[in-house]
Amino acid sequence: MYAIRLFAVRHARAFERLYQGFERVIVGLDPLFRRVGYGRLERPVAAVEQVVKGLLFDCKMCGQCVLSSTGMACPMNCPKQLRNGPCGGVRAGGFCEVKPAMRCVWVEAWDGASRMQDGAARIRVVQPPVDRSLEGTSSWLRVAREKALTVGTASAAKQTVATAFPRARQNEPASAPLAVEPPKGPK
Amino acid sequence: MIPTLQTPEPYDPVLHPPLKPLPGHKSGSILERALRRGWFAITAELNPPDSADPRDVLAAAEPLKAVADAINATDASGANCHMSSMGICSILSRAGMGIVLQISCRDRNRIAIQGDVLGAAAMGVGNVLCLTGDGVGVGDQPGAKPVFDLDSLSLLRTLKTMRDEGKFLSGRKLTYAPPIFLGAAENPCIPPYEHRALRLEKKVRAGADFIQTNYIFDLPRFKAFMGQVRDMGLDERAFILAGVGPVASAKSARWMRANVPGVHIPDNYIVRLERAEKPAEESKKLCVDMIGELRAIAGVKGVHVMAYRREHLVGEIIEASGILKERLAAKGT
Repeated sequence: MYAIRLFAVRHARAFERLYQGFERVIVGLDPLFRRVGYGRLERPVAAVEQVVKGLLFDCKMCGQCVLSSTGMACPMNCPKQLRNGPCGGVRAGGFCEVKPAMRCVWVEAWDGASRMQDGAARIRVVQPPVDRSLEGTSSWLRVAREKALTVGTASAAKQTVATAFPRARQNEPASAPLAVEPPKGPK
Repeated sequence: MIPTLQTPEPYDPVLHPPLKPLPGHKSGSILERALRRGWFAITAELNPPDSADPRDVLAAAEPLKAVADAINATDASGANCHMSSMGICSILSRAGMGIVLQISCRDRNRIAIQGDVLGAAAMGVGNVLCLTGDGVGVGDQPGAKPVFDLDSLSLLRTLKTMRDEGKFLSGRKLTYAPPIFLGAAENPCIPPYEHRALRLEKKVRAGADFIQTNYIFDLPRFKAFMGQVRDMGLDERAFILAGVGPVASAKSARWMRANVPGVHIPDNYIVRLERAEKPAEESKKLCVDMIGELRAIAGVKGVHVMAYRREHLVGEIIEASGILKERLAAKGT
């Protein structure tokens, strides 16, 4: 919801703290996730993630969450889906070029970032393009897999993106994932 | 044979290969050479024809080629359909002109774009300007599907990876990496003002070698921006060309402000046009004066002239600005 997502940006610092704690928990759960099987967890976790982040951030389930690097404003709500905004078309007062009634997602993002502890540094990192084949999958599980990743068995394509956007991968491992994806179920 | 074509014989990419990069240069681009030589550079935007006749492209380039170090071939700017940037580049490269291939992320995905860049570099295009692109809604075909697979920054980094690592983003190796001078745009005079310089920094980090700004009409705002840019040392890491252009009348200034995304024209500029006895003369004078003001700002390395439908004035404006005379004088010493 629009109002809640603006609220999240205004309280970006609180959400940053909340997420940092949450991330520690999910990364710590990696051994358990592995035992149960990431493939089996994918659909139920993605469903919960969609509800929670949908409510708070109007999450579009790109599967490669970078909210901590975008001031808690989801970049997929930008009509141009910029991962490194804002574009050159922002209207006077900070409104969107394409949807004039909406606040520019990226004006909000830079504002939110300035309220966070790490946000201002993180938003200056160049983000890679979205891997559209990951749409609809759980970013939370991806973060758990990526942070626990020890050996690099990734394809040349994944390694090239991770090398071309090294700092983005460091801050937001889901943005340039290297771990092996769980098998995809029927959908 | 088209009479205006500059090369005497038909173009042969083997007999006339693209210019080789000089030592320390990233491309064979004439623009890069001019900038690295310390010249105050001039680029100019070409009005793309709605035509399949190559002579129309050469005619559109005619008033620009004598004064511009590179001619920008726009890529459906304002989301309006015209001859493609690639098509224009292929014709102008054969005529030996310095050109900037513009790529907007609005219409093509990463597969198409990377392939286009190889094609362009093979034709001798030395400069590529990476743009996000205006939304489809402002153009002549608002029902089109917006692509935006990449954004201007991930596009820059992708092309930098192709040039410097010799790889597609897929990791597949190129047998010959494209020697290209990478450009990006920035719009310093619209919100969020305080973050525009930081976004420019991101573009430089992503791979931008040169920057062409949107129209600058608000000098105080631009000066503040350039102050930030200098504080961050960005003017040393990329060549910044400030965007200028003559605006025909107060009426068209108002229209541009209301209808063209990202154009900010302060009221006092419009008032000057309105009160002028000869608006056409005043419009030229305003542009020449602006170039003079911009040249005086530390860190500005050139101007990018966008004279939409007033391309015939570009020569006069550049002449009046005295930039080329200074080059000749510098050559003499």
